[in-house]
Amino acid sequence: MPHDLEIIIRNFIVDNFLFSNDQDSLSDKESLLEGGLIDSTGVLELVAFLETEVGIEIADAEIIPENLDSIESIATYAKSKLAQAAA
Amino acid sequence: MCGIAGYFGMPKTSLPDRVLLQRMIGAISHRGPDEQGLHVDGNIGLVHARLSIIDPAAGKQPMCNIDQTVWLIFNGEIFNYIELRRDLIARGYVFRTNSDTEVLLHLYEEKGLDCVEDLNGDFAFVVWDSRRNRLMLARDRMGVRPLHYTYHGGCLYFASEVKALLQVPGVKAELDPIALDQTFTFWFPLAPRTAFKDIFELRPGHILTATPERTSVRAYWRLAYPDANDQGAWAGRSEASIAGELRELLFDATHIRLRSDVPVGAYLSGGLDSSIISAVTKHIKPDRLRTFSVTFESDEFDESSYQQEMVQALGTRHDQIQCRTADIARFFPDVIRHTERPILRTAPAPLFALSDLVHRKGFKVVLTGEGADEVFAGYDIFKEAKLRRFCASQPDSRRRPLLFRRLYPYLPQLKNQSHSYLAAFFGGDGAALDDPLYSHLPRMRTTAGTKVFLSADLRHELADYDALADMRDGLPDDFTRWHPLCQAQYLETTHLLPAYILSSQGDRVSMAHSVEGRYPFLDHRLVEFAARIPPKMKIRALREKHILRESIKDLLPKDIGNRTKQPYRAPDSQCFTGPGAPDYVDNTLSRYEIEDAGYFEADAVQKLKNKCRRSQAVGTRDNMAFVGIVSTQLWHRIFADRAYRIETDISPGEAA
Repeated sequence: MPHDLEIIIRNFIVDNFLFSNDQDSLSDKESLLEGGLIDSTGVLELVAFLETEVGIEIADAEIIPENLDSIESIATYAKSKLAQAAA
Repeated sequence: MCGIAGYFGMPKTSLPDRVLLQRMIGAISHRGPDEQGLHVDGNIGLVHARLSIIDPAAGKQPMCNIDQTVWLIFNGEIFNYIELRRDLIARGYVFRTNSDTEVLLHLYEEKGLDCVEDLNGDFAFVVWDSRRNRLMLARDRMGVRPLHYTYHGGCLYFASEVKALLQVPGVKAELDPIALDQTFTFWFPLAPRTAFKDIFELRPGHILTATPERTSVRAYWRLAYPDANDQGAWAGRSEASIAGELRELLFDATHIRLRSDVPVGAYLSGGLDSSIISAVTKHIKPDRLRTFSVTFESDEFDESSYQQEMVQALGTRHDQIQCRTADIARFFPDVIRHTERPILRTAPAPLFALSDLVHRKGFKVVLTGEGADEVFAGYDIFKEAKLRRFCASQPDSRRRPLLFRRLYPYLPQLKNQSHSYLAAFFGGDGAALDDPLYSHLPRMRTTAGTKVFLSADLRHELADYDALADMRDGLPDDFTRWHPLCQAQYLETTHLLPAYILSSQGDRVSMAHSVEGRYPFLDHRLVEFAARIPPKMKIRALREKHILRESIKDLLPKDIGNRTKQPYRAPDSQCFTGPGAPDYVDNTLSRYEIEDAGYFEADAVQKLKNKCRRSQAVGTRDNMAFVGIVSTQLWHRIFADRAYRIETDISPGEAA
């Protein structure tokens, strides 16, 4: 599952913010904010995706760039939320 | 108000000169439905379509001086023509009409190219001076009226709108890739560039002169601010004294814009600026004012409660039109036909509907409040830049998140967003404080995110073109010495204002229905005065347009006088994806049409289309991209795709 999670997140980001077919067009660590890919409204789409497709609940206070600004940080954050829920 | 067109040189076409001119003016006859006139002599052709406003019985154009050596075609208004006329009569000029056109003609005879310096007005005009064998093109300081030109076969062609130039055999409509890059970065091409390759606009505040030997363009006016540390003669001047002088100027600016031989109405958006203009007008002319407004279905955009409050307060006779989401998509192809450029917002469409209402009610002239946000610092972007500078200098301030939330109270999508994300977006942007574009970088960065849709071919053609560097290069030498607020105001006033607000949302959509907008806040005396007002009086803490509010506070209901700026917005992508979206959307965005035009990546466009269809909340960048792509594809279909094979055969009507 954790492996798949990164792929799911990558697919979503590339599909929805890059609109590209090339899944390798974005590196794991690239900042979505600085790349102009996600703006302050676009982040809500990401939150909706994580809540409905990945199945985690995100508190308002957790919507911060530290958790959501790159594929890597999103995956790390989502995994820890899933682990919390399973515990 | 009118349309003008013509040429200088020898047209390389088998069309008779008169037929060429008639076709050119025919393409822009919406600008002047009342009358047409032309003048042809050797290598000069001038043609004019008239919307009669001042001295309807006379004032026919092209107009010439008494010995027929100087010829003039003119679009717009000279608001101080009464004062200029008086001076010219004192200097011995004899007038045949009461028109402002004749004033301009004699003023040119008196002063030559420098005549523009004396004009207070919104104008684009062309003077042919046969004694000097010299052509002059001129455009008003703020860019209210348009004027375009191109060269073909050694001949100079000019016209109010590009579509007149496209009537010239051989002049092609081809999208300029750099213009598209700029549009997808700034919302507009950087003048003199237009969306059309090799077709230019004369920049605001500039004149072009052409003789058979050479052509040159120069500025006769430019916006400038005092050095940040220099208060000059205004040192120690009280706010009350500045507010008093501002009020006098605003009253006079409005007063001379009420000069007309046909009735003048007013747009009433419900915001502060149009309310001020209506209130001042009522003060000057107590008869019952006619006002017009547009309303929306969604509370997110609709301001009708404020409109009604002003209607009650001023006792105006009010008409309104509701612009439904489906209407916007329905009007959109016509809107693009008039804007003649791709646009990233739908906001011109409701204004297109509004000018239609005004026209149907029998009005040709409306006063309107545009310009106040640029001149008196009303836009959020100014406050945002102030906050970003504050945060950049005090990164740990606990006030920081609160300040950002206060900035955008009207955006529902931002309400449930974390402080930290907003602050990261606006505050931790890494923009260098000494970057001349500092104030605008977040907006431009978000907008440039739309460029992910550009096709590989177009990207290849653009290579390493950098639109931001291009804009920086065009800034005046003294720019960096100005106060940061003045720098931001300069960027808005010299770029977005003429290139989008006054054209796509202004002249082009109002003249589509033969309606002339007049802008008291853009009287150059007021603009020059406001440039000297200390920045802290424009934005007091976070209260925008403070000094303007102070100057007229007795004229407005308190609710309106204290109202926070709500930007004029309209629904974007949902107009094209929701129920009731017109058929052309699917065709325009089909893989075939996208690939045929070649500007965008077809796969990416399909993904965006699907996303906008299924998503409730579409982000800013995606909305802009969607509207930008639809409008570019429409632009292509309307202008470029017709292959423009102009018939050289003459129809029976033209031969007559």
